[in-house]
Amino acid sequence: MNDLKFSGEICEKCETFDCLTRCQYLKMDLKTAKEERHRLLRGEESRVLEECVTCYACEEYCPYGNHPFYHLVDQQEKLGVWPVPQPITKQQVLMMAPRGKITPKKVQPPVINMCYFPMLTGSIRGKLFDGASTIVGSDIFCNVMWLHFGKNSVIRQRLPEMIANIWDHYLKDSGVNELICFHDECYGTYTHLAPAFGIPVPFKPIHIFDYLNKKLDELKDLIKPLGQKVAYQRSCSNRLVPETQPWVDEIFQKIGAERVDRKYDRENALCCGAVFRAQQQDDLADDVQKRNLDDMAAAGAKFCVFSCPACLFTLGEPILKRGIMPILMNDLCQIALGEGMKGG
Amino acid sequence: MEFADILHRCFRCGYCKFPNNYQDFNCPSYSKFRFETYSPGGRMWVLRAWLNGELKTTPRLAEILFSCATCGNCVEHCVFPKFKDDILHAFLAAREEMVNQGTVPPAVRDYLKALQVHGNPYRLPAGERGKWQDGLGLELYSGQEYLFHAGCVGSLDERGMKMARSVAGLLKKLEVSFGILGTKENCDGNEALFLGEKGVFNSLVERNIQEFQSRGVKKVIALSPHAYHAFKNDYPKNSYPFEVFHYTQILAMQSKKLMGLCSQPGLRITYHDPCYLGRHNKEYQAPRKILKSISGLQLLEMGRVKENAFCCGGGGGNFFTDLLGSGPESPARGRIREAAETGASILAVACPNCAKMLEDAAKAENLEGKIAVKEISELIQEHRAEGIA
Amino acid sequence: MENLFKELAQIVGPSYVSNQPEERFIYSRDPGTMEPREPDFVVLPATTDEVRKIVLLANRRKIPLVPMGGGLVLSGLSRALKGGIVLDMKRMNRILEVNEKSRYALVEAGTSQGMLQAYLKKNHPTLKHSVPDSPPMATIGGNVLIHGSGHLSHAAGFHSDMLNGMEVILPTGEVVKIGSCSTSPYWFGRAPLPDLAGLFLGWFGTTGVVTKLAIKLYPNRPYQDVGVFVTEDPELVPEVLYQAAGVQVAEDITAWMTPKPDWAKGFQHININYAADAPEELIWKRNLIRASLKGLISRKVGGFLPLPPPMKKNFLEAPQTTLAQFADVRKGGGFEYVGGIMPIDLFPRAYRAGIDIAARQGTTYSTGARIIGLGHCMMFFFAYPFNRADESDVDRARRALEETNREVLEMGGIPWKAEAPAQKQIIGRMDPHTLALINRVQSMLDPQGIMNPGNWEVR
Repeated sequence: MNDLKFSGEICEKCETFDCLTRCQYLKMDLKTAKEERHRLLRGEESRVLEECVTCYACEEYCPYGNHPFYHLVDQQEKLGVWPVPQPITKQQVLMMAPRGKITPKKVQPPVINMCYFPMLTGSIRGKLFDGASTIVGSDIFCNVMWLHFGKNSVIRQRLPEMIANIWDHYLKDSGVNELICFHDECYGTYTHLAPAFGIPVPFKPIHIFDYLNKKLDELKDLIKPLGQKVAYQRSCSNRLVPETQPWVDEIFQKIGAERVDRKYDRENALCCGAVFRAQQQDDLADDVQKRNLDDMAAAGAKFCVFSCPACLFTLGEPILKRGIMPILMNDLCQIALGEGMKGG
Repeated sequence: MEFADILHRCFRCGYCKFPNNYQDFNCPSYSKFRFETYSPGGRMWVLRAWLNGELKTTPRLAEILFSCATCGNCVEHCVFPKFKDDILHAFLAAREEMVNQGTVPPAVRDYLKALQVHGNPYRLPAGERGKWQDGLGLELYSGQEYLFHAGCVGSLDERGMKMARSVAGLLKKLEVSFGILGTKENCDGNEALFLGEKGVFNSLVERNIQEFQSRGVKKVIALSPHAYHAFKNDYPKNSYPFEVFHYTQILAMQSKKLMGLCSQPGLRITYHDPCYLGRHNKEYQAPRKILKSISGLQLLEMGRVKENAFCCGGGGGNFFTDLLGSGPESPARGRIREAAETGASILAVACPNCAKMLEDAAKAENLEGKIAVKEISELIQEHRAEGIA
Repeated sequence: MENLFKELAQIVGPSYVSNQPEERFIYSRDPGTMEPREPDFVVLPATTDEVRKIVLLANRRKIPLVPMGGGLVLSGLSRALKGGIVLDMKRMNRILEVNEKSRYALVEAGTSQGMLQAYLKKNHPTLKHSVPDSPPMATIGGNVLIHGSGHLSHAAGFHSDMLNGMEVILPTGEVVKIGSCSTSPYWFGRAPLPDLAGLFLGWFGTTGVVTKLAIKLYPNRPYQDVGVFVTEDPELVPEVLYQAAGVQVAEDITAWMTPKPDWAKGFQHININYAADAPEELIWKRNLIRASLKGLISRKVGGFLPLPPPMKKNFLEAPQTTLAQFADVRKGGGFEYVGGIMPIDLFPRAYRAGIDIAARQGTTYSTGARIIGLGHCMMFFFAYPFNRADESDVDRARRALEETNREVLEMGGIPWKAEAPAQKQIIGRMDPHTLALINRVQSMLDPQGIMNPGNWEVR
């Protein structure tokens, strides 16, 4: 069920193995990359299964869109090579299970999907979200996180139900077809992951950056340029949807924010490191976080924009200690609109 | 009894006795009496036993119930989120039961009777109410932006009147548009409500609403945080909506005018958050904003401030009933000692009850030479430079 | 009785004596399941001399005397089992001295944990004491005297191990100094003298009234962190505890297991708290602890939860305010627990016993264990919440507690701060010579049998 749209032939014919040669962590030469990729194709154990830090970058690097990372996760599960200790995985699977408490609710556009992060719904305020409905809860959790745990089976099992919940309980009867995804994870799930697994998505996902970008045009007379240097923390899920990056640039340009030119941005972005800690690799997490934050500070960033709650919760405090304000993209836009951090 | 269903849920863990840093006991009645019965948890258990017949009504039980200063420290610091907000509600419901039974302490009975008969706890005729403003040239309310409400203490208590005169005088100097009701002013009823006398409270509400409505009052400035609390939270807004401010909020809006006009280099002040302005209504900034407008002032905060402030003991009717007394363990004396320890020479207050309680406490502690109790507008007036006539 | 009231009032002042029904009601019970036992009087002394006079009076009149601290022991040890006077010690709450260089604090016995903690934070911020997880109202005296434990117990043992000395009023009225303070102006320890502290530790007030204690203080390091190791096989836990404790860098190691929320059921969580003077030191300690468990981690059978900083705050609190909230699980304001002191290798058996007993008794539960010293033993707790307003619910919890006490003894542990019925069970198993010695000590110190009678009744 839900076969992955992966072609072994494409990998066999590949000459560059970008998935492994460009990997920021494995740093393989071409010969080793070829060998290990072929082991994976044969369904054998490979050190890649053990050493992959699950940053998702290879999904972006593959020039053929052949889903090398999703395939890797399938292999991890098949061969029992777990990236995270089993008790932690099992507990997380229980913790993030749907509670079955969803009830139908009429919504009106724009409908903002907050996934399973109710603590961030306070952010949906002001002119940017005038008249918006929000949906949130365990029963609409996007489930992309299981990629970090070698648990594609949980995605296959739960994601169709989540999609059906969103459609049947909220969108269909309200006559709404578009769903604004507040987080990279959700947008990545519905535009990239679900299609890769052959799971149909009946609604049209809109990325929050796309939404904000258009809204800023409507409200352009209210914008007071920030004149601030801003770093952007690219989440792992954003690797699934690189087409969202130009929106970051456009938004920054509209609100008078300068996206600082730094080493660990765009295709060279670094993970927040939360997952490395789950993998019991604290030293790696420390190293990655330090390099990332040093990079932001050296570039003179005063703010750091997040579009992923996990990144925000993980890096928020360390970033603040460096004198850089952690902030969601919409909150930064609100400051530019004169609405401040406490709303209009 | 309403809220009886939460009484058994108290674990008597005692977090309610403390501020958030546990530095000292923060429940006025427990701090004074030190029997577990006088703590919020003890009171909850005693009330439950009373309701189910294990304990009979006695003067002791009545004292336990009515010695609560309703400061809200227990509500703030109880660790049980599902019922903490109703702790005071339960105490007030029990007080209502006792009022209905007629078994309240004599001091409570006397207060309520005076209020009912005379309209004020001082048993003074209504005509005395307006005298506090003699010579100030204040206008009667006739459509100005605000109605200034002095309250019983501000109108009829010597210390309260001094404060009312100072505050109203400063508002006038700052050209705030306000009028007063003078002899037509009624008690706000906060103490009546908090002593369990809903009937008297409701009749005061009716009278006040009638006065406000007939005069078209839309905004009220309350001198006392007690009145502020009652107007803001307990007056029904569906019958006649009006906005209410504490005078410090109005002065804070004028802080730009005050800035630079008051100066006293090296003035060391500490500030006491009144419970009905602070903890109950979360207004901690306005008074501090005013104090900071005095240039050269050094604000030395006590260890227990804002939502952790230690009540002076003047709430819950105790200002009149004096169940907490004035001994060395009384909350007011504990608070003035704490204020003196900061090294400040002035304890700033924003409530007429606090002003009197803490001033008396300073005398009892022989601290008058070390720390003076001054209301905020009195400080402004004392230290103004040329600029406000 | 009226005479007695007057005599007590003459000692402490009339405001601090009560024989009123309200005080007798409250002081007859604690928040646990034990049945109430009313005292005749409740007295609040403020000085050692007042306590001495009360003791002499009680001795003269042969009236039972029950010293009480915070009243939070939950096993009813401050109930007046045979009536008499409850001595609420909490007015004696002055912090008398802090010796920074020798790291000790001298306090009156009724000083609350919270106030000492706040005092040290403000006046001696480089020092802290071992805070138990009981609410901050618990007293230093009460907790030390019952062999309590807390947030530094992995580093330094039971709180009774952290005791440097005491001032005690014997049941016959003598004021005795215990420890170095008997011979020196300093309260630096119990060695090198004959250690008399043992005559009062763990005796539940049956041998005297402690009025002052000096306790050890420890460095209060500015950087703190916690690792929460999780596994789902209780058989692995003794190894986890053994290894983590053996590193000797943590301050506190505490396991917790709970069936609710659902995601926690069946998992064993071990909190390892550590602190440092610099961020690099903190990381170094973290790595040492992790290295000690690398065997289990590499087998993927356990690992540290990836907690972002905001989620660690509860685990870094001392005391943990969320623990008291367990009392509202049954919406009824009650819980009580059996703390079994036992070797760490009994963890799997204790863990399973907790689940089985709760299932048999039809009650919910929570279990956990605090490591004492380098895993020299642990305090394994079995906690049962109850709805105080539902007598059948209280009964259920009571039966669960009784069964747990039996089970703890059966497996070779000993119930801590045992309630009166459990004390009888302990006595039933005790070596007869030990019992005889306890008897001799009690007879010697308390010939009239006035001190908290009904407890440790070996005579």
